Amino acid sequence: MSQKAGRQSVLLDPSPYLTSAAAVVGPMEGKGPLGEDFDLVYPDLRIKEKSFEAAERKMLQEACLLALKKQDLRLGDIDYFLAGDLLNQITVSGYSAAALGIPFFGLYGACSTLTLALSWGAMLVAGGFAQKVLAATSSHNCSAERQYRYPTEYGFQRPRQAQWTVTGAAAAVIGAAGEGPRITAATIGKVVDMGEKDAYGLGAAMAPAAASTLIRHFEDLQRRPDYYDLIVTGDLGQIGAALLRKLLARSGYCLEDNYNDCGLMIYNPELQDVGAGGSGCACSGVVVLGHLYRRMKEGELKRILVVSTGALHSPTTLGQGESIPGVAHAVALEI
Amino acid sequence: MGSYLTAFLVGGLFCLIGQLLFDLTPFTPGHILSGFVVAGGILGGLGLYDRLIQFAGAGASLPISSFGNALVKGALSEASRHGLIGILTGMFELTSTGITAAILFAFLTALIFNPRG
Repeated sequence: MSQKAGRQSVLLDPSPYLTSAAAVVGPMEGKGPLGEDFDLVYPDLRIKEKSFEAAERKMLQEACLLALKKQDLRLGDIDYFLAGDLLNQITVSGYSAAALGIPFFGLYGACSTLTLALSWGAMLVAGGFAQKVLAATSSHNCSAERQYRYPTEYGFQRPRQAQWTVTGAAAAVIGAAGEGPRITAATIGKVVDMGEKDAYGLGAAMAPAAASTLIRHFEDLQRRPDYYDLIVTGDLGQIGAALLRKLLARSGYCLEDNYNDCGLMIYNPELQDVGAGGSGCACSGVVVLGHLYRRMKEGELKRILVVSTGALHSPTTLGQGESIPGVAHAVALEI
Repeated sequence: MGSYLTAFLVGGLFCLIGQLLFDLTPFTPGHILSGFVVAGGILGGLGLYDRLIQFAGAGASLPISSFGNALVKGALSEASRHGLIGILTGMFELTSTGITAAILFAFLTALIFNPRG
């Protein structure tokens, strides 16, 4: 019997399965240290589409179809499609939902979308409202830069604390029955705004939200960080990850070697010029559903906690001098 | 040789100021760009910018601050001939070549090229 645990968490029982997962990425991610764990590496960023936005849609749909194909599922087998992305009015997800023809929950959580979709999908399945749902998210370096900062043509000089938006898409099937890692618990985060205003310092803006969600998770479920083989945050990058360690240490939770950040895992910082690390919906998307999903299936990891982190600002609010609110949702995967 | 050296030093100084503003302050590229235009305009209004151009040549006439100087210079010279209305008619007199060229070349470039990344 599923139940609310503590103030912000849920325990899912029977725990839904992540029966299938797929991740597709752009060329730079393919050349990174996790390149071999992705299902498909595109040779370029445009993939013969007329715009980067269209390319991102194609990537998202490809990831969805790959996730279904791995379990010989058809589109009609899926009850709901839960997806979100970074573009205005989440058009990548909306247009993809039109192409896939599955009833659609459009989610906006910026880069926290992965765990937003996984937690929501798991609750739908555990609550008996669906047998199978498809959860997906995507981001594209060029469409995100155009949306949030400056288009390539502007020739902008990136500051060192900037992060590199991951190009790619990830999708997972959450099922009431099947095999694979199970989603056993989720903690839904509060939105935290500590006044950070630097659009290039998103790691710092999101770290307090990640700390808030992690502390709630540990307290709600009476767990310590060492309960998990691995705790990963979404895209805090070097600066945000260091801040998170400090914030948690202040509350008595010491993150040891079992902590990492997807933004620090996906690229090789010595060979790839990515600033403070990767970011974007696809950052935790492809690292978790590509790399970590495989590591769990192969038995290297038994319990992981995924904490995708999102910054809930828009270029308009930043232009009006508002600060950047952050959010983070945690999902526990166990096999 | 003197003019090469002064152009290099003064032009380099402009770039150094811009880079320091970019690295050390929260100003966006847009802020810094318009800041340079305004600073050039003020120096031009005080009659200092033309002296800087005489001293450093292209080192002072190439940076965007020179655009601010040209805006003010055009406005002042028309104002001296036609009074207040000259400020409006003269503002773009000296800068129209640059503005038109920017629009034209941007248009032509956008027609021909597509960004790859």
